[in-house]
Amino acid sequence: MTDHHLRLPVSEEDVRNLRAGDMVYLTGILHTARDEAHMRALEWKNEGKELPVRFDQGALYHCGPIMKKEGEGWKIVAAGPTTSSRMNTLEAEFIEKTGARLIIGKGGMNKAVGEAMRRYGAAYLAFTGGAAVLAAQRVRKVNGVHWLDLGMPEAVWVLDAEEFGPLTVGMDAGGNSLFEDVARKIEKNAVAARKRLGIG
Amino acid sequence: MKSISDALIEDTVVELLRLAVTKLPEDVEQALKRIFNEESEVASKMQMQAILENLRLAQQSGTPLCQDTGILVFFVKMGPKCGNIEDIIRKAVERGTKEIPLRPNAVHPLTRKNPGNNLGVHMPYIYYEPGSEDYLEITVMPKGAGSENMSQMAMLTPSSGEKGVKEFALATLLRAGSNPCPPVLIGMGIGGSADICMGLAKKALLRPLGSHNPDPAVASLEKELYDALNVIGIGPMGLGGKNTLLGFHIEHAFCHTASHPVAINIQCWAARRATARIHPDGKVEYLTHRKGGK
Repeated sequence: MTDHHLRLPVSEEDVRNLRAGDMVYLTGILHTARDEAHMRALEWKNEGKELPVRFDQGALYHCGPIMKKEGEGWKIVAAGPTTSSRMNTLEAEFIEKTGARLIIGKGGMNKAVGEAMRRYGAAYLAFTGGAAVLAAQRVRKVNGVHWLDLGMPEAVWVLDAEEFGPLTVGMDAGGNSLFEDVARKIEKNAVAARKRLGIG
Repeated sequence: MKSISDALIEDTVVELLRLAVTKLPEDVEQALKRIFNEESEVASKMQMQAILENLRLAQQSGTPLCQDTGILVFFVKMGPKCGNIEDIIRKAVERGTKEIPLRPNAVHPLTRKNPGNNLGVHMPYIYYEPGSEDYLEITVMPKGAGSENMSQMAMLTPSSGEKGVKEFALATLLRAGSNPCPPVLIGMGIGGSADICMGLAKKALLRPLGSHNPDPAVASLEKELYDALNVIGIGPMGLGGKNTLLGFHIEHAFCHTASHPVAINIQCWAARRATARIHPDGKVEYLTHRKGGK
């Protein structure tokens, strides 16, 4: 298990050096995007329209923050990760079309996304779900927001983060997944649970 | 004549919202501390440490502990005469969304348009219970989507019996996996009709941790399911570990002899709820939080 302190944007080599189980701290730009922003980004890409942000220049963060308007700018209040599996059907194409290399979220993603990560050199970083104040503390500044018409949670927020973490490498670019390791153990435990409950 | 003023109810509801999203009830915080102590692997220990550190920071700064401040579900026990509760709660929700602030989460189910104030058709949602007590009791449960999205219900056949209920519980938990932010509280409804059953599952989430269903047969099933499923190995945030559950609560209702409904509503580790009683003399008692009102 290694600790990595990375500055964004990261190179393909940086990402391929990460191993499932490693710890990562990120400094640089994070772009938030959830269901709606994923859908719009892919729609725009497929229409040949330019996106308002370069997802390959920062980390993609599955997050819908609470923001407070302060003068002309925004103040971050709470910004923990959202459930990544909701983006399972969109993420492989998103990685391919935007060049995103680091994806921060919670709960992990499916095999199809893992395969896209292996092919294009991307990794999945898990942050503790619900730890929204911890996360907000690591954001120095809110640089801006795009697609606010989607609503506060679904907009693309541009966050300037410092030592954002600790993040656990949940899925690496070599096809390893901590969530799949856990799933194998759960399968065994489920057999014992069924016996214990008299339904085995 | 009204015996409790609209303004007192509105202020109390805003305070309940603030308490609910910034500080967990004592029973939940104690359970999370116990689980932190019990976990021994690096991954699960680290997740629990982040959870506890986050709770401390949220309380200290008075900010929402999770950015998903949920959809707002209210449970009201009617008592003495008061104004239009729904109107007052809607005003308080709009105010609380700005003042605390809460994340505006409520959207139209088809157009997905977000009005930005947590108000919409049937939102916030209010469950009413008639009461004969001399106070008005209001509970708010801010319900996040990560856990809510893992809810399931099944209309089993009576012949599948208790075995069917256990199969359903195991399958639902395995399917939810890491998604609902474990360690989770499972609320289960058994009996009633489809709508009653899911409502019971939600109400089961309001019970304090460590409480039991008063019916011995149901209480024994709660314990059996908790003991078997807590050690399933999903662990804190799904990264593996000794504890997967905060608790397993079941509420039941009699049902049609030909029906066997069962439902599960899941609550994340941030098992938020806040309750207050408002008395006609203006006294407000906070039941879920020790330092009420501040």
